[in-house]
Amino acid sequence: MGTPAGFKLRQELMDGSRLSRTLARMAHEIAERHPDPARTALVGIRSRGVPLARRLAALVKEALGTAPKVGALDITLYRDDLTTIAPNPVMKGTDIPFSIDGWTVILVDDVLFTGRTVRAALDELIDFGRPARIELAVLVDRGHRELPLHANYVGKSLTTSRQEDVQVQLQEEDGDDRVLLLEREAARPAAPAAKPKPKRKRR
Amino acid sequence: MSGFPHRHLLGIEALEPSDIQTILDTAASLKEILDRPIKKVPTLRGKTIVNLFYEASTRTRSSFEVAERVLSADSLSIATATSSATKGETLLDTVQNLEAMKPDMIILRHQSSGSPHFLARHVRPAIVNAGDGAHEHPTQALLDALTLREKKGRLKGLRVAIVGDILHSRVARSNLWLLSKMGADVVLCGPPTLLPPGIDALASVTHRIDEAVEGADAIMMLRIQRERMSGGYFSSTREFHIRFGLTEARAKRAKKDVVILHPGPMNRGVEIASEVADGPYSVILDQVTNGVAVRMAVLYLLLGGASEAES
Amino acid sequence: MNILIKGGRVLDPSRNLDADLDVLIEDGRVSQVGEKLKARGGETLDAAGLVVCPGFIDLHTHLREPGREDKETIATGTRSAAAGGFTAVCAMPNTEPVNDSAGITRAILERAAAEGVVRVWPIGAITKGSKGQELAEFGDLREAGCVAVSDDGRPVASSRMMRRALEYAKAFDLTVIDHCEEPGLTEGFAMNEGPVATWLGLRGYPPVAETIVVERDIHLAEITGGKVHIAHLSTAGAVDAVRRGKARGVRVTAEATPHHLLLTDQLVRDTEYDTSTKMNPPLRGDADRQAVVAGLADGTIDCIATDHAPHSVDDKKVEYDQAANGIVGLETAVALCLDRLVRPGLLELRQLVAALSTHPARVLGLPGGTLKPGSPGDVTVLDLERRFKVNPERFESKGRNTPFGSWQLTGRAVATIVGGRVAFQAR
Repeated sequence: MGTPAGFKLRQELMDGSRLSRTLARMAHEIAERHPDPARTALVGIRSRGVPLARRLAALVKEALGTAPKVGALDITLYRDDLTTIAPNPVMKGTDIPFSIDGWTVILVDDVLFTGRTVRAALDELIDFGRPARIELAVLVDRGHRELPLHANYVGKSLTTSRQEDVQVQLQEEDGDDRVLLLEREAARPAAPAAKPKPKRKRR
Repeated sequence: MSGFPHRHLLGIEALEPSDIQTILDTAASLKEILDRPIKKVPTLRGKTIVNLFYEASTRTRSSFEVAERVLSADSLSIATATSSATKGETLLDTVQNLEAMKPDMIILRHQSSGSPHFLARHVRPAIVNAGDGAHEHPTQALLDALTLREKKGRLKGLRVAIVGDILHSRVARSNLWLLSKMGADVVLCGPPTLLPPGIDALASVTHRIDEAVEGADAIMMLRIQRERMSGGYFSSTREFHIRFGLTEARAKRAKKDVVILHPGPMNRGVEIASEVADGPYSVILDQVTNGVAVRMAVLYLLLGGASEAES
Repeated sequence: MNILIKGGRVLDPSRNLDADLDVLIEDGRVSQVGEKLKARGGETLDAAGLVVCPGFIDLHTHLREPGREDKETIATGTRSAAAGGFTAVCAMPNTEPVNDSAGITRAILERAAAEGVVRVWPIGAITKGSKGQELAEFGDLREAGCVAVSDDGRPVASSRMMRRALEYAKAFDLTVIDHCEEPGLTEGFAMNEGPVATWLGLRGYPPVAETIVVERDIHLAEITGGKVHIAHLSTAGAVDAVRRGKARGVRVTAEATPHHLLLTDQLVRDTEYDTSTKMNPPLRGDADRQAVVAGLADGTIDCIATDHAPHSVDDKKVEYDQAANGIVGLETAVALCLDRLVRPGLLELRQLVAALSTHPARVLGLPGGTLKPGSPGDVTVLDLERRFKVNPERFESKGRNTPFGSWQLTGRAVATIVGGRVAFQAR
């Protein structure tokens, strides 16, 4: 998977082995704080939070001998911006096939940015039951929070500008493990191969 | 990813196979919400939906109402008996008055074919056809398709028999469009008086039910209204049952894992024998659940992205 | 009223005339048709490059007055006729009250004399109130000025009543115009029966419901010796029935409307239930439409008539099956036929002019339909090249109900002269 249109690569923040080491460290922290994985669940936020949650669960199992349960949240139905972006008609659905009442739930996502996704995930999660505690694990925290939220487990924190984008690529979704820092290309009027921007016109 | 390319749902005829696919996939994914402890998501919070029903319909109306509630839309149901329709107000006047409440969507059930198209031309809200005359009943066909897809894993190549009063049935028309667009093989069966001209464009036609159900993957039984007898469409419910009704012996001619659908309400002993209606092939309860899921999908796709819609 | 129409191509089917000539009208009557005529006072109309025809007569107009002046009046209806090139209209009796007595006929004629800009020929009812029960007073109606009888809008359901009407009308030399429909087969219809109605879920009117009544009427005309005229014929079976009837000498004539000649029931589907496609008889399938065109071309169908049926917006802006039947036609008929029948070669210009003038006059025995000296000074002038876009908002008629809105047409009537007076002239 290459760089998305309109962006250029600034820096590779993590390669595959760095990403693995980061996840191992995060799993270690989780295991330390929750030595009894029987009442702990890792719930990934679709789409890339889900494979991250699975990997973290496997790593926790290596440490503790028991794997925490893994679930998936599709927050599409809880977004607060449904009317400002085109809907994504293909929902993958939420899959939490166990009760979370009284459990510790660790939400997992790839990048923490404004916090709005996590807000939606919290709303949805609370509709599923009453966890004893909810924590948040993210691979990258890039700042710019618009809500009073912070992550309990962070793979890497960095300061970014709004013109930049952090992209996490994973084996399961993208065929390769790495984390990229991208920069929006300045709109060059003379760009010859400038693709016509798909207009997101609201009908 | 672009949004759903339609502003209204007026019928299946206007949909592309990919649109049908999108609705069914969305419905399949939304269905899970109905099993949650809190069966409610905030998706359509702040949206107003009017259910305007000019014909009695417990099933369809309550299904839409549940779908609206699950998606957190504000809704208002108006049935003929309580509306101004009985005072001679026209459909357009009624709807233009309702527009003052700024609804985002109107779900319309009306006895005049084409009335949803008429409203779509003259008012602002998105229109969903919940059954218009003998024309279409798109959400019924979608819920039937979702049920079939769940039971059979596919729609393409299925052999589906639709039996009964095709002439007056909007369910038959919507299902014919949907199934033929999705590559199923449809055979229609009923007395010649209840098979309208030109219906064979999308299906094969027979007057013998044994032939129709032979080897079928699914059998869809349509409701027979007793008042059709006075119109001379058939002679008696007794004879109809004997000649065109689905009996257990006939159901056995179909595939072993045949699925039997009925849009309800059923006339036991007329179009369908009780043993069949209550038998193992009946999926009537799945149809009810899928009805809610499909209607959630339609509301979500039509309202989820675009509100200030102007096509 | 004097007027000299100079330098036009004079096309008079009544005399097989087609030549560049002048037409002189004096004191409201045609006085001379010839070369290099001189005006003796009065107007001169330069018709160079135009076609000069006997005034067009519409056999089938609903003027709505008395009773439904909200839909049309004699004033607006006749202005609409003039704007479309018609110098005379035959007014159907389904007004409120029905024109079933001499008093109503006289009232219509008085109103027409005062406010009409073209000639109005009233048609009386066949039965009292058009209820199909008792014959109206044909003698009185004739004497008051009715030129035919019809229960149009309602079929004469009883064969016995139709037979009596044909017999009784002979005494007064009246033609019986029938709206042919077997009501037992058309109950609750909203459109033509066929595949389109099937997919739209609308109740159908099978073509045969028209055909069998046309057959019945022809047989009844045959045994009674009466004169029957088939209104707005729309099916292949009806064309065939009329053709056979004429061949064996029955006194039967027929008319077809521009919409049945040009449109099919597919339009109901294409316009998604637009109620301006709803009329009775309904738009038929294409095989029927083609048979009607063929019947017109071979002379089986004598006339083109509009079935001009104005309705208020309220009657049309409703659900399809609730909408009133009928469309307006006076201001579109001639242009439509020029553009869609004559231009593509389906009909010769001479045939079109005959179907709009000479034949209607002959069918009901009306004055006009010819430019023979001494006949009424009624003339329709056509410009075959004039581009014309149908704009219902600018109709003279009160009705806006037409499926032809925005149609771009070439050829239209540019002047309508009634009794030597210019009733309409296109700018």
